[in-house]
This record gives sequence, C-alpha cells and structure tokens, in this order.
Amino acid sequence: MAPKVGLFIPCYIDQLYPQVGIATLKVLEHFGVDVEYPETQTCCGQPMANTGCTNEVEPLAKRFLEIFKGYDAVVCPSGSCVSMVKHHYDEYFSGNAEFDALKAKTYEFCDYLTNVLEIKTLSGRFPHKVGLHQSCHGLRELRLASSSEVMGPPFGNVRVLLESIEGVELSQLQRPDECCGFGGTFAVAEEAVSCMMGEDRVHDHEQAGTEVLTALDMSCLMHLDGIIRRQKKPIRVMHISEILVECL
Amino acid sequence: MPSHPKLAAEFVKNKERAHWHDQALWFVRSKRDKAAQQIPEWELLREQASKIKSYTVSHLPDLLEEFERNATARGVQVHWARNATEHNEIVHGLLKKHNVTRVVKSKSMLTEECHLNPYLERHGIEIIDTDLGERIVQMQHMPPSHIVMPAIHMKKEEIGELFHEQLGTEKGATDPQYLTEAARQHLRQKFIEAEAGITGVNFAIAETGGFVVCTNEGNADLGTSLNKLHIACMGIEKLIPRAGDLSVFLRLLARSATGQPITTYSSHFHGPAPGAEMHIVLLDNGRSEISGSDEFRRSLNCIRCAACMNTCPVYRRSGGYSYSNTVPGPIGSILGPAKDPKANSTLPFACSLCGSCTDVCPVKIDLHHQLLTWRKELRVKGLLPFSKRLSMKMMSWMMQAPGMYRFVGKMARSIVPYLPRFMLYNRLNDWGKQRELPIIPKQSFREWMKQNHDDK
Ligand code: SF4
Repeated sequence: MAPKVGLFIPCYIDQLYPQVGIATLKVLEHFGVDVEYPETQTCCGQPMANTGCTNEVEPLAKRFLEIFKGYDAVVCPSGSCVSMVKHHYDEYFSGNAEFDALKAKTYEFCDYLTNVLEIKTLSGRFPHKVGLHQSCHGLRELRLASSSEVMGPPFGNVRVLLESIEGVELSQLQRPDECCGFGGTFAVAEEAVSCMMGEDRVHDHEQAGTEVLTALDMSCLMHLDGIIRRQKKPIRVMHISEILVECL
Repeated sequence: MPSHPKLAAEFVKNKERAHWHDQALWFVRSKRDKAAQQIPEWELLREQASKIKSYTVSHLPDLLEEFERNATARGVQVHWARNATEHNEIVHGLLKKHNVTRVVKSKSMLTEECHLNPYLERHGIEIIDTDLGERIVQMQHMPPSHIVMPAIHMKKEEIGELFHEQLGTEKGATDPQYLTEAARQHLRQKFIEAEAGITGVNFAIAETGGFVVCTNEGNADLGTSLNKLHIACMGIEKLIPRAGDLSVFLRLLARSATGQPITTYSSHFHGPAPGAEMHIVLLDNGRSEISGSDEFRRSLNCIRCAACMNTCPVYRRSGGYSYSNTVPGPIGSILGPAKDPKANSTLPFACSLCGSCTDVCPVKIDLHHQLLTWRKELRVKGLLPFSKRLSMKMMSWMMQAPGMYRFVGKMARSIVPYLPRFMLYNRLNDWGKQRELPIIPKQSFREWMKQNHDDK
C-alpha cells in the first residue's frame, strides 16, 4: 500500500503561493504517494518563535501534533518550517513519544523525494540557466546540503536532482550559500540590512547569468522576488516544486 | 542606547562603504575557508577545541586555582578582579607603585571592555595602543569596530588624513607602506619612552602557570621586554587545562581569524625576567554568572577569533559600531545582553538566523541558537516592544482558529488587489520600501484543493 502522506503547506504558501502547494502535490502524486491535505492546519508558529514569543507557539505546536500524528510521513515544501517542527518544538513535548515519532517522519519536500522515494533523476526538460538559492535553514539546520563553512566532501541532493534534468545549467555563484536576508521578522525589523543582503544575492545571480531563480523555501524567494520586481530585473522566480512539476 | 536597526540603517545608507566593508570581510572569510581546507582534520580539531573549552568552563574554579598556584610559583603575581572598576584600580595601583606615567599596550579586548584607557588617562597616565589598527582608532578616540581588525571600517584615504593631522605625514598620502612606516617610527618612540607594558592574554595554561599572547606585529614582545613591569589582563575564561591543549587552539585561532596558518608571534610568558615584575589580573565581570547558565555557558568557549563576525552577513553590512558593544557581531550579541539586557535588547534580533556563525566557529558555539534563546529571554524579561508582543499574540490567536485564518486570508485576497498603491506602499510598510509585495492570488491553496482535488 502506498504510504499515506500528510501534506503540510505553510500558511504563507497556502495564502500567497497556492501554485507551490499544487506543484508539490502533483509531484508527490506522480510518484505514487497517497497525499492528504489536513484542512485544519494553519501555521507552524515560526514567526512567533523567531520573535521569542514561545508561549504563543505552544498551542500551535500541540495542534500540529494532533493534526499530523496519524500519517506515515509529513511532507512540506519549506525547509524552514520543517526545521521549526524538528528543532524547535521539543520544549513543548518533553518525553512525548508521539511527538518524537512525528519529528522523525517530517520531511522537507526534496528530502522526501530524493531520500525516501529515492528519486534522483527526472526525465523532463527545462532549458534554462537555473540559480539555486541555498536556503539557510535547509542547509545549516536540516543539513540537506553541505555548507561552505564546514570542511568535508560536498553533498546535496537538490543539486543532483536539478542537474539530472535535461537543459538545466546551474549558475556558478561567487558566494554559493550566503543568506538572502529574509530571516522572517528580520526582513521588517532590520529592513535596511535585509534589503541590502537581498540585493547582493540578486546581483550574484545576475553576474552568474541566472534565468530562473529557485530554492527550497518560498519565503526566501518572496523576499528576493520582491526586490527583483521592484528593480525590474529579468529573473524569473520559481519554487523548486514548480520546476520539478514541469519535468515529470 | 540607539537600536541596532537604526545604526545599521545609517551605515547601509552609504552603500559604497557598506559594500566595501562587506567585501573586505568576505575576503577574510574566504581566506579562512582556504586555510581550513588545507587541514584534513579541521572538523576534528573543532570538536576537540570545543570539548576542551567546555571542560574548562565547567571546572573553572579548580583550574583557576591551579593556574594561580603554578603562576605564583614562577614568580608571577596574580590579582583577582570582580568587575571592570576593580580591574582598573588594580592596574592603576601597580603603575602608581612603580611611578609609571607612560605605558604601551598590545591589543586586548579585555581592557576595552573595562575602558582602561580613559580611566588611566584621567589619572594622568599616557597609554598607547601599539597594535597598528588599535593605534589608528585610538587616535580617533574611537573603540575598535572589530575585535581582530580594529580599524577595518576605515579606508586608507581616511587613515592618510588622520596620520597627516596627527603624525605630520604628507597630505593626501594613501600608500599603505608609507603610512605604516610613519606609524612604526611613531610607535618606536613610544616603545622607548614607555616604563611599563600591558598585554592581553590569548591562552593561559593551568598546568604550567604560563600564558600566551598572539600578535602579528610583535608588539607584545617589544612592549614587555623593554620594560621592567609587565601587566597581563585576562578574562577568566581564557584558561586551558594543559600545555598539550595549546596546539589545538593555536592551529584554529589564526586560521579562523585571518586565514593565516599561525599568528606571526605566539609569545609565551613564564614568569618575569631577573629584576622585572610580571603581574596578571584575572577578571570575572559577569563571566561566572554566564558559566552558571545552561543556555549560555558555551558562549564562554569563545577564543575571540572573530570568524563569526567576518562571516555574519549582518555584521558585514552594518559595521561594528552598529552593535554599540565592545564585542560586536554574533558572539557580541550574546555577551552584550548577558551584561545589560535592556541596553542591548535589539542585538539578538540583529540576525537573520542563517547559522553561518555556528558553522564557522572554531570552538563550535551554537551561536544562532543562543541568539534565538536570547529572544525568548528578552520576552520573559518584558523587554520586547509592545507592538511586537501584540502582533505575535494576535497572529497566534488567529492561527489557532482555522476558520478565522481562512476568513482573514479571503478578505485580504478580495481587498488588497484593488487597493491603490499608496495605501500599500507607505511608511507604515517597511516591507514595501525597497521590495514589492507578493502578487495576491485569486485562490488559496486550500480553496483550490476543495474545488479540484477533494471530490476527485
Ligand atoms: S564565537 Fe566562535 S567564531 Fe566568534 S569570535 Fe568566538 S570563537 Fe571566534
């Protein structure tokens, strides 16, 4: 029997980027996963946690557990929301075996695709120069790829997956894994630095010839896209799931 | 105290300087990467360093006593200071006893922390910083903006101008070699005139009672060997247990700091020369309190290499002064609030939580997690602005009620697209100053699911 996956769609994707949710769903279904979208989910509580308001997170964390504990796996197209659940919920669930189980079976979308379903190549075509923005939480919290600060052999399945697509050429960045400056509430609280960081990321992709800018996190892309559209740059922004769905 | 966002915004306003600052520090970070790549056992070394430091911090009282015993046996006089005032009084007392009016000092962030220079100057003692970068900021009556490269925020044109005014170099001169030579001549004179030398301490060894000072200019050696009085100022966390541990740290420190394999001078001090006196002042100044905290204890592992500053995308673009704290950057944003949470309440938020500092830190301090923990602490201490607290409370309520969440989203989707631009982009909307808002879709994902999927 196909595994039953609970689709965890972060609040801002639900509200602002439905196409990312749809693409994620389609890719999973294409690979034979039985996906269910629990209607009562809202937000993982990351904005509150980032602000230090952990009391406000607690009820959301408890709801999350109730909503998702019955599934074989929970999959989410956002590394930072997954990292919230896996790394920052513990304080509400000490000794709770149900939560420990949930934690172990919660996956970022590409992680699930490449490591659980073991999809490492796609047959489609995407004839573009693709700039991969390595979102920090996927990189340094979930370790979905190697970070430039840590010594050792490089790894990263997303890159492998993208490179398997015919026509994809990955851009060579000068700073391959620098933060885009989004950082949740940081984007507003430290607007000046946040925007300068975003602009610098966009420039790096420009010099590398990026046509399509992609990432595992729509939040980084929301910030970068905001800058790109304000400055009218010819770079198209797509969540990784949107590229993958075109290559099925 | 001015908030970090405000000071940072001022720094960023000068885009050209901010870019140049960012690139200068990124260059150092890249050098660090190359230096680290050359050591196959780099990650192992970090692990070891972290373990040694954690051991030290949890055995601090015993190890300090061991250090005192061994140092005293070597003829070093050991002093204990609870806070900055006591520290400064001890140093001043020693200088007075020896009738010293001129002192040369090699770089020490600890004396910056204690504001030793202005204190001694108030008491009629001339104190000259002999590290080139420190001397430059001292001439400007400014504190260092970076803990390893104190004048990194200054361009060579500005240094030329400063030297022209203070040292009489040619106007408009910017040649680094010419300027360095001028500073060297000036400092040589100061070295000769001085009657005592003050240094910091990079590592003190409990087992031997000796200590090590790392400099690139040899100024610690020069300042202490020409004088009969050497005062070393040290934070109690600078201890390591055994001489054998030293190599781990010396290999990590310079590579992390500047990408050099080792600092040009690692000067080992094991007691005074015949006829001379050597003193060491051990300063607590809040450190034992930090060592009692489970959450923040690991911040005492810090060896002050500044790698976290060089890698921090926020520090690079906001400059050291935006932190208004002796130690800026990620580690400073942890230590600052530990000392004064109210004055430093914006520092833990001067961070996008990218985690690069944690990955770069040679002693594996989980910097970005500690910053997050500080945000919680500030909330508990009631130091979050009311507006932040309120908006998070409201958001949490809404997210606990899926019906409400759906309703608010639907309302926004049906209103926002029809609003005139000035209602969306104004001074109330910090997001929109330099960025467009997302294009509001017709349907939420949830609505799409209802229509297209659920009845499949
Ligand atoms: S926290 Fe780590 S990286 Fe930062 S200065 Fe200290 S030792 Fe260096």
